[in-house]
Amino acid sequence: MNGRRGRLWGLALYLFVFGFVLNLLGIVSHVLVSAFAKRWFGTPLPAAFTTQWFEYAWSNFDLGRVLAVTVFVALSVVVLALGLGFPAAYVLARRDFRGKPLLLLLYFLPLLIPQMTYGIPLATTLYRYGIGGTVAGVILANLVPMVPLAIFVLMPFFEQISLNLEWGAAMMGANRFQIFRRILLPLTVPGLLTASILILVNTVSNFELTFLVSGAGSQTLVVALFYNAFAGGVRPVYSVDAMAVMYMTTVLVLLLIALRFVRPTQMVFRLD
Amino acid sequence: MSPRAVASARPKARRLREPHALDAAAVACLVPSLLYVLVMFVYPFLYGIYSSLRPPQRAGLTLANYVAFFSDEWQYRTVWITFGIAVPNTVIVVGVALLLAYGMRRGIRFERAITTILVLPIALGVILLAEGILGFYGGRGWFNQMLLAAGIINEPLTLTHNYIGVLLSLFMQQFPFCFLMLLGYISGIDPGLENSARTLGAGPFTVFYRVMLPLMAPGIAIAFALVFVMSFGVFPSAILLGQPAGATRTIAIAAYQQAFERYDMSYASAIAVVMGLFQLAGLVVIILLRRRMVTAATMGVGKR
Repeated sequence: MNGRRGRLWGLALYLFVFGFVLNLLGIVSHVLVSAFAKRWFGTPLPAAFTTQWFEYAWSNFDLGRVLAVTVFVALSVVVLALGLGFPAAYVLARRDFRGKPLLLLLYFLPLLIPQMTYGIPLATTLYRYGIGGTVAGVILANLVPMVPLAIFVLMPFFEQISLNLEWGAAMMGANRFQIFRRILLPLTVPGLLTASILILVNTVSNFELTFLVSGAGSQTLVVALFYNAFAGGVRPVYSVDAMAVMYMTTVLVLLLIALRFVRPTQMVFRLD
Repeated sequence: MSPRAVASARPKARRLREPHALDAAAVACLVPSLLYVLVMFVYPFLYGIYSSLRPPQRAGLTLANYVAFFSDEWQYRTVWITFGIAVPNTVIVVGVALLLAYGMRRGIRFERAITTILVLPIALGVILLAEGILGFYGGRGWFNQMLLAAGIINEPLTLTHNYIGVLLSLFMQQFPFCFLMLLGYISGIDPGLENSARTLGAGPFTVFYRVMLPLMAPGIAIAFALVFVMSFGVFPSAILLGQPAGATRTIAIAAYQQAFERYDMSYASAIAVVMGLFQLAGLVVIILLRRRMVTAATMGVGKR
């Protein structure tokens, strides 16, 4: 009796997960089908397919430029976040000092507080200094959550490196730079790769901060997608969906690369 | 020769050996990122609070913006609207995620596949999900088509551009996050405790209520707080899937409009501060459970 009820219960759980997955597939493939539809009104599938909406979106939404901005922003954020975060992660992993929990909390706040809350004061500050609306402003704003992300991703990798290696190197006369160059850097390559790909995915799909800070020439793909989706009615919905498909492809490619380095659950890091 | 002896023989090595000291090099490592967070996060935040107290048309510090916000029905009702979205959403998301994670605490089949698929909506982001939901759940979308074809309904349901649409998109976005987090937390509880309780004659409900629930309580509290804080800042889905000029005009929309449509940065900062204070109330719960916070909400999310 108990066993059967338990099995029914387990079945119900799997059915729910199955339903959720089905729902998700429906949502994603609806975008995909609509992007290739010539016209689509209330039928299970459109009568005719076309790729014209991709050309339409590409030329009407200035997508070449948007893509270039997206790639430039994402790569800059990765490099700068790692540059700022790497040394800090090392010290936070290795040293114990007074006020360290407080410092960790400070680094943690930009990840914890929703971006709309600190994005508005941040954006007004950037606009006050004339950086708002520029590509540089978008990079600077995105770094606010990404530097802490880099730190928290890298810290466990440093903790795994035995102190004995550093002692040994120091004993053999290596100076700090040599220890960094010959011991720490090679051993943290997996950590750097993990952090890079997580930052890359997060920057490409990060909406709120970029939305608040970007101007006409500095929109990333996801922000441009929002503006066109919001303008609904003015734009043919198929062209917006074509743009969504391009965005989706970008993220999925990054995700596939990411999953070679990280467990899926490591991607569970929401920033909005 | 022991490392200790070596270390005392070589001053350079001794510096490395003492993990408690913050020497000049360590400080130099910390300063760039610390400076960045201070300049780009703390300073704008503090300046925002300051400027919210200084409307341009008045001299000196004044609470005028806050008074204006709480005496204008069009503005202060955004607080209720946001609560009206955030609280039910938090309860639904955490409740369903808890139920599932509890049922699957002994490991799940196709774990890698399921977690990968669950990560998808998080990676794709809220804008793409919203665009998909607009189509899929729209009046002519597949969902309504299926229900109509099955004869369950006669008229298409209105599931987008209203309150339900916002809840749908928040659920799609936050359920995977919450589920994976709770699954990690619950499957980390020693199964021996549960087994002992069963051996001593406790039924499944007693085990849940008397043994597991107290052990899961901190994790559930963290999940509640995180999901609440996230949903209280709801912005893009309230615009794309809701009625941003009416029923789902959340406090984030109010702050955005004040800043970038009316260009009243002082008033906008005041609204952002109000929003932050309500979120802070949710965060206090997490800070009280700080010890698990960093690991639970950053990398430790989900099963290892």
